[in-house]
Amino acid sequence: MSENTVNHPVTAKKVNPRIENYKMIWKRLKKNKAALVGGYLIVFFIVVAIFGPMFLSKSPNETDIANKLAGPSAEFWFGTDNFGRDIFVRIIHGMSITLYVGFTSVVIGLVVGVPLGIISGYYGGRIDNLIMRVMDVLLAFPGILLALAIVSVLGGSLQNVIIAVGIFSIPAFARIVRGSTLSVKKLEYIDAVRALGATDFRIIFRHILPNVMSPIIVQATLRIATAVLTAAGLSFLGLGAQPPMPEWGAMLSEGRAYIYDAWHVAFFPGMMIVFVVLAFNIFGDGIRDALDPKMKQ
Amino acid sequence: MTAKKELLKVEGLKQYFPIKGGFFGRTVNHVKAVDDISFTVYEGETVSIVGESGCGKSTTGRAILRLDEPTEGVVSFEGKDLTELSRKEMRAMRKDLQIIFQDPYASINPRQIVSAVIEEAMDIQNAVPKKDRRKRIEDLLQTVGLQKFQADRYPHEFSGGQRQRIGIARALSVDPKLIICDEAVSALDVSIQAQVLNLLEELQEEFGLTYLFISHDLGVVRHISDRIIVMYLGKIVEIGDKHSLFDNPKHPYTKALLSAIPVPDPDHKKDRITLRGDVPSPINPPEGCRFHTRCPFATDKCKTDVPELRTVDIMKDGHQAACHYIEEIESGEHKAKDYSAEAIVGKGQEV
Repeated sequence: MSENTVNHPVTAKKVNPRIENYKMIWKRLKKNKAALVGGYLIVFFIVVAIFGPMFLSKSPNETDIANKLAGPSAEFWFGTDNFGRDIFVRIIHGMSITLYVGFTSVVIGLVVGVPLGIISGYYGGRIDNLIMRVMDVLLAFPGILLALAIVSVLGGSLQNVIIAVGIFSIPAFARIVRGSTLSVKKLEYIDAVRALGATDFRIIFRHILPNVMSPIIVQATLRIATAVLTAAGLSFLGLGAQPPMPEWGAMLSEGRAYIYDAWHVAFFPGMMIVFVVLAFNIFGDGIRDALDPKMKQ
Repeated sequence: MTAKKELLKVEGLKQYFPIKGGFFGRTVNHVKAVDDISFTVYEGETVSIVGESGCGKSTTGRAILRLDEPTEGVVSFEGKDLTELSRKEMRAMRKDLQIIFQDPYASINPRQIVSAVIEEAMDIQNAVPKKDRRKRIEDLLQTVGLQKFQADRYPHEFSGGQRQRIGIARALSVDPKLIICDEAVSALDVSIQAQVLNLLEELQEEFGLTYLFISHDLGVVRHISDRIIVMYLGKIVEIGDKHSLFDNPKHPYTKALLSAIPVPDPDHKKDRITLRGDVPSPINPPEGCRFHTRCPFATDKCKTDVPELRTVDIMKDGHQAACHYIEEIESGEHKAKDYSAEAIVGKGQEV
């Protein structure tokens, strides 16, 4: 038995701890059924967003006044709205808008928040104080209110919604990255490369950033859900996507007026928002547990 | 002795860490980790700094390398004041001063293979032309007692002693003149300690290295040092070459410290000096001699006057101690106080 376990130098298999680590994460993620369902749903949504519109013969803005406010049927799966537009077609077209808003606003939050957090944590002192106080101010606003304020300053459009949601994601990233940076920068190997004369740039990008990736990934996944919800909320209030656009929040808003006569007009966009947000949330939670098994109680 | 070349000269080095407090985060006080110390390290020798935890020995090493910016003082390396250099000049200078850390598990990035760790060092300092690096890495690994084929392995595949060798190879890769060994063998078990110490000695001979060896382990220090600096609470209490210091300690603290070395002889009659109380807080160190709260010889003078490092006739080869009563204690004129009669001293000085 024991002879077989001796690590012979020539035959010893090279183990890359990073790949090994990913394998472990995947193993743990696979055990979490809810997270897997979330993950599959996300993949499904992305596929639908990209390829879905190709399989539809109707345009999302095609009206059919004769069939206005028709209930769900074989012809109109999710029914039609007050202009006779097919809600199913509009939802498929709206999928890409929703995901686009979610991803881009999180990317804005990442691109601004992560460097701010690293600078804050790495340099400390006055810069840290300045950045974190600004972040505190942003955090003091309830998310939707802040986004609302930004959109009302910039004007209502989908693009401005993305910017607004992006800005309100910044403090969350900055805080989390700052915390992780503080713990990583105290490690001795950071001192070792510093003693070798490494520039701050090299230390940050080669040694700190790779070691603070996991909390960033978790936060980004969870943030997409929040971003989708906020964007839908802003569109619902009429500050985001403007009417003919098949944006779910706007559709929900339009359907609200007919909720007693035609429940399906508001119901299906609302349901889709719930599904997308739920999928990202449970997947994000799953990733968090997989990346850091100690966090689980 | 022949004229020795000064490699590192530390003058009046102070390292105070601010304690922030209050609503506006003002500095309310300082931890005086290192308080005005001066010493010289000559080329090719091994100087050790010993002392108990928290006496400022590691802080001294870090301040010399400017891993923490020193509060005050001059650190001259080959005549150049390191504290005056810009960050860029300092980065270039780091080629000559390297450090080996205590914890071999924390001092290597776990995501890098060994060759990447060493290559990064060469890359930062542009020490070796790109095409020769691989060869140099393999040579270095062999120099520190590892095998060529281990270059492509990850740190977790090595034992603690082997990792410490990797750390040494990394430090050597830029051809330094001075290596600060910050408790470099403390985390290793005794047999591995001996191996690494022997390796350090061989390397010193081969490359003409100078070591500043920081340790709390007197046995290790006795083995490797030429000269020894004893620190207590941020100050140097005694400095001297190994033989004078070990055979003829002059400061009461050094005496107490040396008497704590175990002797492997069951019949040896121990003349152990036991110190009472704790080390006072470096936030509010005692006035006068910092050791007076625990010193069996302390008088009122010790409570007010700061003793300077000085040498007396009976001390040779630059041996210096910071005590007011070197002669009196030596001649037996000044007797130690009997502790049994007195309550533990030293408590009153804490914050």
